[in-house]
Amino acid sequence: MDILLLAQDGTASISPNEAGAVLEQAAEKIVEVASDSSRANLGYLVAAVFFILGIKGMTHPRTAVRGNQLGAFGMLLAVMVVLVSGQVVSWPIAILGLVVGSAGGVWLARTIQMTQMPQLVALFNGFGGIASVLVAASEVLKGSGDGVAGFAAGLTGLIGSVTFTGSLLAAGKLMELPQFKKPWSFPGQKLINAVLVIAAVYLSYEMTDGTGGEFFFLVVLSLVLGAFLVSPIGGADMPVVIALLNSYSGLAAATAGFVINNNVLIIAGSLVGASGLILTNIMCKAMNRSIANVLFGKMEATGPTADADEVYAGKIKSTSADEVAMLLDGVQRVVIVPGYGLAVAQAQHVVRELANLLEANGVTVEYGIHPVAGRMPGHMNVLLAEADVPYDQLKEMDVINPTFAQCDVAIVIGANDVVNPVADTDPTSPIAGMPILNVIDAQTVVVIKRSLSPGFAGIPNPLFAADNCLMLFGDGKQVLVDLVAALKEN
Amino acid sequence: MDFITALTIFVLAVFIGFEIITKVPPTLHTPLMSGSNAISGITLVGALLSGGGFWGGLFGFLAIVFATLNVVGGFLVTHRMLGMFKKKG
Repeated sequence: MDILLLAQDGTASISPNEAGAVLEQAAEKIVEVASDSSRANLGYLVAAVFFILGIKGMTHPRTAVRGNQLGAFGMLLAVMVVLVSGQVVSWPIAILGLVVGSAGGVWLARTIQMTQMPQLVALFNGFGGIASVLVAASEVLKGSGDGVAGFAAGLTGLIGSVTFTGSLLAAGKLMELPQFKKPWSFPGQKLINAVLVIAAVYLSYEMTDGTGGEFFFLVVLSLVLGAFLVSPIGGADMPVVIALLNSYSGLAAATAGFVINNNVLIIAGSLVGASGLILTNIMCKAMNRSIANVLFGKMEATGPTADADEVYAGKIKSTSADEVAMLLDGVQRVVIVPGYGLAVAQAQHVVRELANLLEANGVTVEYGIHPVAGRMPGHMNVLLAEADVPYDQLKEMDVINPTFAQCDVAIVIGANDVVNPVADTDPTSPIAGMPILNVIDAQTVVVIKRSLSPGFAGIPNPLFAADNCLMLFGDGKQVLVDLVAALKEN
Repeated sequence: MDFITALTIFVLAVFIGFEIITKVPPTLHTPLMSGSNAISGITLVGALLSGGGFWGGLFGFLAIVFATLNVVGGFLVTHRMLGMFKKKG
């Protein structure tokens, strides 16, 4: 500033030497500031590289642990960069926040049971979302956001808030809390949702003028929107919802990056955004439904559906644990097909015990995993891994399907719609075109299930009435315990 | 950093994300979700930089708590899960 004034005056009231000193000082200052911020940005760049390497490690179970560590190290680095940058506004707040958050995080990660993973992931998505909203809120209060930053703050408020309430509701549904268990909707909900989205985007646009007063109204609208979006969605569609909310939590971090002009937020946020979108897409494909259909549609038949009595009448063969034990005597290859019922019954350990017994008798045991079995992507794999099932025995649908013809016994535990042959045969059924596990091709199918009640799609399953299918009714865990006992006796 | 630079970074990062993540096997989809979720806690960087005034401080504090929960809990639980994935033999 001093230098500029000098030049405008045109009159040198200080000596050239003094002017030189001022110039030198200014130059030093510029270099200092530049190197400070570029040093920080360099640190962020390294952190971003660690994130990318970390996710890359997730492409194989062998490298996944290292990958996760690399990601965590990148995060540590990014936080260190901030702490040494001298830009931390309040040290007491920062330290207290880090301590409280870490303690809570450690506690949750240690105490959670593997069957509770879906709701934990949902909760974490929500935490990430609300954190981004709060960052944007704090920036708006500083009054530093106009133009792009203002618009980005608005979008952060929208996406982050939707993620927050949407995730809390999803977690409530996954915990099967009675208040949230039933899908809930009201007439005109979709219209109201559309109005809320338009209003929130419009308010974001209004924020480009830098006033920011609209922000808190926008957040309230978006919180309501998040709840309305998730409330009508049922349990079996949760894999899609969680994957999508995962994507949103990343996007909210990325837009927050636009607000505070920070590369590492943009990079990390968009990586996660992409990850969630891919998982969403995989889940939708595995149900042969569009994302719009999952979020806004209802699973409905387009034609007359078969009557349960007609499908099942006189054709159901009920069996006992002893009979199945005899059946399993002398077989060569068994495929176990787990579904959400396995998680509900917490039967993963006893499944492993059954597999151990069979393997001791020289039987080949494999697991056929449908992509949407369970309540989140990869849910069954985690449960079985917890029970020490080696991951190379867990086969994807496309790999296992051609081999069912060479399978002596397929054991279906707590799965229904994902093994329903109607998906292939009836183009008007609600699950028409959904890829299924072709267990019906096996020599014998044993279905372990509480009753003949329909799955999420609400339709009867002709598999249960098939000639080669035996029904073993009862609680998944108890039935398997009986089966293991019967096998040991033989 | 101008808007176009930021947008360039955003778009390229999305593409990198798509390229790597399509290669993740279904077995690891849950750890991928919880691990990537921990990475989205990067908003912690923004949270540490925020603050100022009573409300700014309060929002900043809450943002730090939520983001740290997300980061620490996410990475730890992913680690715990991945520890269970074993190959046969």
